[in-house]
Amino acid sequence: MRPRAEPSLTLADLKPGDRVRIESIETADPAVQRLMVLGLVEGAELTFLQRSLGGDPLEVRIYGAAISLREEQASRFHVVLDGRPG
Amino acid sequence: MAAPAEVAVPIERIAVHRKAVGTVAVVGNPNAGKSSVFNRLTGLRQHTANYPGVTVERRVGRGVFGGVTLDLIDLPGTYSLSPTSADEKIAVDVLFGRVAGTPRPDAILAVIDSTRLYQGLYLLQQLVALGRPMIVALTMIDAAEREGRKFDFAALEEALGGVRVLPVVATSGRGFAALNSALAQVLAAPPPREVAHWPELKSAADGLLASWRTAGSDLHRVEAERLLIDVTQVPASVSPERRAELAAARGRLFGAEPPLAVEARQRYAWVRTTLAQVESAGSGVATGRAKLVDWVNRPWPAFGFLIVLMFVVFQAVFAWATPPAELIDAGISALGVAVGSVLPEGVLASFVVDGAIAGVGSVIVFLPQILILFLFIILMEDTGYLARAAFLVDRAMRTVGLSGQSVIPLLSSFACAVPSIMATRVIPNRRDRIATILSAPFMTCSARLPVYTLLIGAFVPVQSVGLFNLQGLVMFGLYIIGIVGGIATALLLRSSVLRGENPTFILALPEFRLPNVRTVAMKLLDRARIFLRRAGTVIFLVAAVVWVLTYFPRSPAVDEARAAAAVQAAASLSGPDLEQRLGEIDNQAAADHLAQSWLGIAGQWVEPAFRPLGWDWRISAAVIAGFPAREVVVAVLGTIYAVGGEADEETLGGRLQAATHADGSPVFTLPMVLGLLLFYAWCLQCAATLAVIRRETNSWRWPIFAWAYMTALGYGGALLVYQLGSA
Repeated sequence: MRPRAEPSLTLADLKPGDRVRIESIETADPAVQRLMVLGLVEGAELTFLQRSLGGDPLEVRIYGAAISLREEQASRFHVVLDGRPG
Repeated sequence: MAAPAEVAVPIERIAVHRKAVGTVAVVGNPNAGKSSVFNRLTGLRQHTANYPGVTVERRVGRGVFGGVTLDLIDLPGTYSLSPTSADEKIAVDVLFGRVAGTPRPDAILAVIDSTRLYQGLYLLQQLVALGRPMIVALTMIDAAEREGRKFDFAALEEALGGVRVLPVVATSGRGFAALNSALAQVLAAPPPREVAHWPELKSAADGLLASWRTAGSDLHRVEAERLLIDVTQVPASVSPERRAELAAARGRLFGAEPPLAVEARQRYAWVRTTLAQVESAGSGVATGRAKLVDWVNRPWPAFGFLIVLMFVVFQAVFAWATPPAELIDAGISALGVAVGSVLPEGVLASFVVDGAIAGVGSVIVFLPQILILFLFIILMEDTGYLARAAFLVDRAMRTVGLSGQSVIPLLSSFACAVPSIMATRVIPNRRDRIATILSAPFMTCSARLPVYTLLIGAFVPVQSVGLFNLQGLVMFGLYIIGIVGGIATALLLRSSVLRGENPTFILALPEFRLPNVRTVAMKLLDRARIFLRRAGTVIFLVAAVVWVLTYFPRSPAVDEARAAAAVQAAASLSGPDLEQRLGEIDNQAAADHLAQSWLGIAGQWVEPAFRPLGWDWRISAAVIAGFPAREVVVAVLGTIYAVGGEADEETLGGRLQAATHADGSPVFTLPMVLGLLLFYAWCLQCAATLAVIRRETNSWRWPIFAWAYMTALGYGGALLVYQLGSA
């Protein structure tokens, strides 16, 4: 049996333009819970837009709304890639 | 599509003299255009105050809708009824009628951004459950149409239990005729039907109520639901038995997961299903404008834009404000002269002219600067640029223990710390906010400039250092010293009393939007009103106290000496020589009066404490007088060194250069002057700043700490520079 693939992809590992669906979330961090209140929940689809100066924070778009979050919280969101531009 | 006909008469023209028959809470997500809707519905008939005990602004306005007078409460923006900040908690508390002095709203006007219906539906779902009459205003419908979004309003109303949903554009007034007539009937409207969004929560809440009601509880089911979800919001009055029941119910409902996470999952499942039924998303083809905005939002173009913008703001605050400030200054002087010529010479004239008019005037002069600065801040807020700037600099600010949200307050304190401290309200984390508040007064504000200009002009030699002028370099150095002091303070506080988890940075970045003239004007007017009210109260009091200290006690001996000298001069001189001599005699008398005044006595009394800094009693007295407002020091030095009110700074500078200690050595040596400059760079000499820190932190602890800390730092710095420089 082949070992399972590399550790799963998170919101912190994406490139601008990537379209992803949230698969699972590590919910312990209250800041992660605040992001869930903004709609970053399992099953939600979002687009990774860009990183700020210095690589952090990140900007994602979810159903038309742009949201900024730091890498620390982004790495708690495990995602599945739906599409990558180019 | 056909826009509903507009009301011919703007509603604010209709006189309001009737009592309101009900209260409507205006609720919505942040940046959904809530304030624009509120302003359009209430016009200028609104009142801003603070909620008791917190610094959250309470805005209430009155409007007449089809003959029905209603009070509207503009609640702070929130994403959910599970509050995560002081602002959001107030919104929730008002909705549940838990705020003293604010009636429980009879109906709800939900303001939802049509381009962000995803997050809007999350809040709407919770609002519907309150079971109160409700209207939904779907704002920015023009932007949604541009993006190609289409809405099925009937399906949306059905999904929300039958509440009315009305498309509006707050900037143009489109849709407000329909909104007005809906508001006219809102009190009589049937409450929304119960919609089974989350049956498990409902039955858990019902279970709790069934057992609690027997114990005499009048809890509403929605409140029971909130108690289940909001672990931190359980009031102290809840008994231990009930707490145990609550914990058991939570365990069954949420297992080991945080309740907030489960709530978000549950509700957004419904939101996604509903969204698919009521909205068809746009083509996704970006317009030219959208492409341009996207490009400007990229890190490097955005950074360049930020630099240019800051340059323009500085330019505006210093250059554009000068003509109106000079005009105000001239007006105040003219007023002083006019009043002085009417009143008989004596205590009253001195109090009115030198105390009240000059004192309050010296602060009102800053009004143009403050308004220009606020205009830019309000524009940045209204266009959504403020959030962008915070996003850009978050990384850099984190290295000093702050977050991106601190950057705008800190930049604006280069003009004045008072509005900048008020601007820290955008920072959600309390520790972050206090660290920013305590760093802000270190930035070189406009009131420090007169002091810097005077001392640098008089004592720093005019010479070139490479390409630069030494005086300019010293001025630049003072700005840097202020910034270093602020950053060091933030670092120090964040690693000691304000230590805590690294602040997070979660921010909804609003789309770029053209500013709304009406909203900007109303916000600016509000700021002007607040500033002038303070000038009329606090500043007036401070000016009066300083005047009393410099005027009393009066010594008849000084006046007799002046009269004798004047007689002598008149006997021996004539023409311009006599004029000049009389002027000198008056100045001498003013200086002698000051030396005997309480302020002069205080200066002599504290002189030993300041002697290690190289100061004589006169500087000590001026510094004491400057504690309520640092710019006062120039005026007091002017009086103390007997140059009189009308002399320009160069003369004062000359006098300072000539000043000597009792042993004949000069008072103003270079080390002493550099120390004095450092003292002014770091010392917190501003009663208005202290008052605003008190108000914004809601405690005396922080203003007292800030004052003591900055005074100690200024004293220590001046001591070090003087002692090292003189050694």
